[in-house]
Amino acid sequence: MRLWMLMIAAVVLSFISLFIGAIDIRISDLFDWESDKTQIFLISRVPRLMAIILAGAGMSIAGLIMQSLSRNKFVSPTTAGTLDAAKLGILISMLFFTNVTYTQQVIFSFAFALAGTFVFMQILDRIKFKDVIFVPLIGIMYGNILSSITTFFAYEGDLLQNISSWLMGSFTLIIAGRYELLYISIPAIILAYIYANKFTVAGMGEDFAKNLGMSYKVVLNIGLILVAIISTTVVLTVGVIPFLGLIVPNIVSLYLGDNLRKTIPHTAVLGVVFLLICDIIGRVIIHPYEIPVNVTVAVIGSAIFLIMLFRGRAYAKK
Amino acid sequence: MIEIKGLTKRFGKKPVVEDVSVTIEPGTITSFIGPNGAGKSTLLSMVSRLLDADTGEVLLDKGNVKKWKSSEFAKRVSILKQANFINVRLTVRELVAFGRYPYSKGRLSTEDEKFVDQALGYMNLIEMQDKLLDELSGGQKQRAFIAMVIAQDTDYVLLDEPLNNLDMKHSVQIMKILRKLVDDLGKTVVIVLHDINFASVYSDRIVALKNGRLVKNGPTNEIINSDALREIYDMEIPIQEQNGCRICVYFNSHA
Repeated sequence: MRLWMLMIAAVVLSFISLFIGAIDIRISDLFDWESDKTQIFLISRVPRLMAIILAGAGMSIAGLIMQSLSRNKFVSPTTAGTLDAAKLGILISMLFFTNVTYTQQVIFSFAFALAGTFVFMQILDRIKFKDVIFVPLIGIMYGNILSSITTFFAYEGDLLQNISSWLMGSFTLIIAGRYELLYISIPAIILAYIYANKFTVAGMGEDFAKNLGMSYKVVLNIGLILVAIISTTVVLTVGVIPFLGLIVPNIVSLYLGDNLRKTIPHTAVLGVVFLLICDIIGRVIIHPYEIPVNVTVAVIGSAIFLIMLFRGRAYAKK
Repeated sequence: MIEIKGLTKRFGKKPVVEDVSVTIEPGTITSFIGPNGAGKSTLLSMVSRLLDADTGEVLLDKGNVKKWKSSEFAKRVSILKQANFINVRLTVRELVAFGRYPYSKGRLSTEDEKFVDQALGYMNLIEMQDKLLDELSGGQKQRAFIAMVIAQDTDYVLLDEPLNNLDMKHSVQIMKILRKLVDDLGKTVVIVLHDINFASVYSDRIVALKNGRLVKNGPTNEIINSDALREIYDMEIPIQEQNGCRICVYFNSHA
């Protein structure tokens, strides 16, 4: 697959995404700057598209970085406790401060996402049995433990409904003024590309990296910080989108290999394309109502994931 | 010159390497030999800074290796540990190009490309340079990793059991290439070997370890004799001369 093909697909799908929804907007409507339709377009449709693009590219790259650093094809923010830790952070911020500000939520959730992922990497360092399937299973269990702690305290503090809104990834509530946090992931994505070679080298192990004169720990920590930044911004604006960081990098790895310099652009654009397709399906299938994107992603993603598991075990193991 | 001075490493309470002092002569192949658990790989890891020693020091050109800047050290000394488990899907050329990382930080200059081409040619990998590592056989993979170390262009090349999992043909191929690195390019090779006959035929000097201690250190012909080998391996090993090579016939020895 070529990058320009993916780009064209992304542009076409973006265009479709802008012009479907409960209210019928045509291009000709946009010439009237004052009309309601133009306002809806600018306040709802454009922000939604931007959110999809940033979340799609961001989560896919976060997954790619984690797979490289953990040297396991099935590790991603959803299978390593990152997102669960981020949610726990939001909850703690709400319990601590009676009138919690957005900034406080962001900081807490970032700190927890970072610490949570770091703990997972430490666990990974310690276990002897590093089977491709076993490692993500541990990650999922670990995430579930974090998640049940969250649920318990949320129940105690009467915040269950509040918390469950972050469980569900959806672009329905994205309007201007409620998604701008996602722009923070742009510098994180650019940094990921600048560090691509270092992540590739670190992905071949500590000894290998040290031989080439690279400080492994620094690269590892930078990677984890980037993952935490991206995951936090996505969880706080869109919610949890499962599978994205898992399947997109793996599909790219299958046809392009593991040199991150080469794969990061593909991973970003394919992530956008995949998320756009899922969102568009969710919006047309029971039009004029919507299915939240995490449902369509989960259905399509789990199918692809199963195929990958059965066909790809040999590939991931090699 | 690399000088190892009084190096000790303990894992828990058990000493794995104890008070070892060796000087690596430049322009030679030095083999580390000894029974299992003798501390050969641990010693090699400390020389290359992958492990920190508990006491003692390693000097590279009179300077403690710990004081060397990582990026400068990586231009002088390279280490290849057993690499067959690495499952990254890179092409052979991409892997070899990473050998230039200490110089290029990822942006290859035309000079870097030249080194990569040379290393690929040296290891006979030109034809398969665009193949992914996971499509290669064990021997080809090993050659690709050695090509990477050659592209790194260090004075000292340290290899930890590079013949593991290789058949006879590929083992001989790799030892011949290491010989060429020393004789033609003036490199210094330090290698951990299990097969004592490869050590006998290809190395200039042999360092023998046993239970973490240095038992023998000298030119190959001083070590490959029944007396010295008895001390190292606790085995009676007759030596036979064949075309000027000393071969240890240990297969039917009584311990």
